[in-house]
Amino acid sequence: MSAKDRPIVSSLVNVAMWLERRLHLVKVWKATAGHPIPKSSASWFYVFGSMTLLCFTIQVLTGILLALVYIPSANEAYRSLEYLNYQQELGWFLRGVHYWGSNCMVVVMFFHMTQVFLWGAYKHPRELTWISGAVLLVLTLALSFTGQVMRFDSDAYWGIGIGAAISGRIPIIGAQVVNLLLGGPIIGSDTLSRFFALHVFVLPGAVIALVSLHLRLVLLKGINEYPEPGVQVHKQTYWRDYEETVHKDGMPFVPDGIGKDLVANGLLLIVIVALAVFVGPKGPEIPADPAQVISEAKPDYPFLWLLSAAALLPNGSEIILFFVFPLIAAILLFGLPFYSNVGEKHYSRRPISVLVVILTYLTIGLLTYAGITGPWSPRMEAWSGTPTKPEFIAGRSPVELQGALLLQGKQCRNCHAIGGEGGHRGPDLSAVGTRMDQPELVRQVIQGGGNMPAYGNTLSPQEVSALVSYLVSLRPQNTIPALNPTNPEKTERVSSGELPKQAKVGG
Amino acid sequence: MATNESESHPPVHPEKKSYSTRRDFLLQVGAVLNAIAGFMIGLPLVGFILSSLIKSTPPVWFSLGPVSNFQEGAMRMAVYENPYRREADGQTARLTCWVHRISGDQFKVFAANCTHLGCPVRWFEESQLFLCPCHGGAFYADGEHAAGPPPRGLYVYEHKIVNGELQVKAGVLPTLAFPV
Repeated sequence: MSAKDRPIVSSLVNVAMWLERRLHLVKVWKATAGHPIPKSSASWFYVFGSMTLLCFTIQVLTGILLALVYIPSANEAYRSLEYLNYQQELGWFLRGVHYWGSNCMVVVMFFHMTQVFLWGAYKHPRELTWISGAVLLVLTLALSFTGQVMRFDSDAYWGIGIGAAISGRIPIIGAQVVNLLLGGPIIGSDTLSRFFALHVFVLPGAVIALVSLHLRLVLLKGINEYPEPGVQVHKQTYWRDYEETVHKDGMPFVPDGIGKDLVANGLLLIVIVALAVFVGPKGPEIPADPAQVISEAKPDYPFLWLLSAAALLPNGSEIILFFVFPLIAAILLFGLPFYSNVGEKHYSRRPISVLVVILTYLTIGLLTYAGITGPWSPRMEAWSGTPTKPEFIAGRSPVELQGALLLQGKQCRNCHAIGGEGGHRGPDLSAVGTRMDQPELVRQVIQGGGNMPAYGNTLSPQEVSALVSYLVSLRPQNTIPALNPTNPEKTERVSSGELPKQAKVGG
Repeated sequence: MATNESESHPPVHPEKKSYSTRRDFLLQVGAVLNAIAGFMIGLPLVGFILSSLIKSTPPVWFSLGPVSNFQEGAMRMAVYENPYRREADGQTARLTCWVHRISGDQFKVFAANCTHLGCPVRWFEESQLFLCPCHGGAFYADGEHAAGPPPRGLYVYEHKIVNGELQVKAGVLPTLAFPV
């Protein structure tokens, strides 16, 4: 039976042919989705780019839907989020997908960048593909930061405060930058509105433009062939060889090369949905009320490493962290395809590149882990809420017990843990008696130093001696008290066999 | 992939002209016209973006209430309404500062923003310290730096007593670039 015998089929074919004549669909298809790629490029390692694009698509879709309900006003934003979480049908789900989609986008984009770096895909003639990708990384991080401001809870409020404090360190024009960032002299509705405009118009628009350029470059300059060790990139011959490979041994991206991308993207989608359903959206935490000074102002995952670095670097190095380091990082990142333009592509021949990746992952990973545990943040409730284990109390004299009470009551435990419980800003005091002797402890308590405030004005002499006598008693069984080599009297006393009597229960 | 670097374009203007045509004239007039129009719309746009900078919003004097609201020798948080508030600000119009009534009419008023990265510092009466929850900066009761990464003591607001009311000069977020 031919098409002539089936009038519906034949009219459909006619419509299709007419559309083809008007829109040249076959030509467009061949030039885009069906563009030829080297067979070696259909690799499991080459799936991260499309995964990033999937994340962005999810963000745009869920973002538009969230904007149907969200109210970008300092007065209403928080309540509209609560409404989304608890009243709007499936609002919690959309918020969850949007939140986890954003985290996944940053992570997957980082993987994509790592792969492109290790596989040498940024080299001649794909310099602009890399640079447009680097700009996309910056834009994505900006989207992530402005996105957490949308929550407009306490963390977001003080997060803007941190952004302002960092901007305020810019020499000469710091105050003006802060004013522009906040949209006025102080954080308020204008601040949220401008972050909203950035988050939903400016940055996504810029991403769409850059992604278009990025994909256009993939079509123009081809997808990187799977590199082989020993094969060098030469400017004179590369493109000729590449075109030959694609011509002889190529295949269309759709349908032949897209299978692995589809599998990886399907899995990613399931992961995002699972995270949204089982972990749920983040926040909002307590409302953005400046009178509630109980926020730790922790940023979302993509920025935790920066917070950690700010905490761990020596005091006064902020100017390096916030201005010199980003400048160097930007020069290295954007300049990469120019100072490493030709030569070997395969990672097995590029040990420094492998080292750079390992160090970067270790640095960001460890700093992020440190950011989650936050050992430098005082535990603000430890003094009133953290119990002391019996072994740190038992067998003490009344004066030592008074010292134990002072240690609790004077908020020492906000920074000092005992038996691992309490803050970790200062050293754990469980065995401080083995490290410092009585005169040293008195000096430390009264004068402070080494990142500890001085308590000379807040403690009476009796309180200091009680506190110190308790600290001296803090040492595990069968350990000797700290010896001060400049104090011969004490050294002699300990060596004369008094030791077992002094050792108390602890640790 | 069809496009190559060696691809050549056909010349748009085959023959070079040595005379000016009406097309050239219109091109020039059009360019000038659009430049002027561009400025006419562009300058207000830039002005709008920079409006918060152009509009002067210095710290202003306002009252924190009668002096008797503050106990002698004690540190207390005072909540005040942002002098530049708008209705849409909601809760964020409520701003805070720490007020130390040292004795009698002797006061010291601190911003709640840590001088390191702007997190909110909290007062601990027992140890007479301000502690910052972010990176563990600590300040003494007189606002001086006690420990941690902050580069200086707490920001101090100017204050005065008028008709038995404590007035402070605030309303601008204090940063290192604008330490009140």
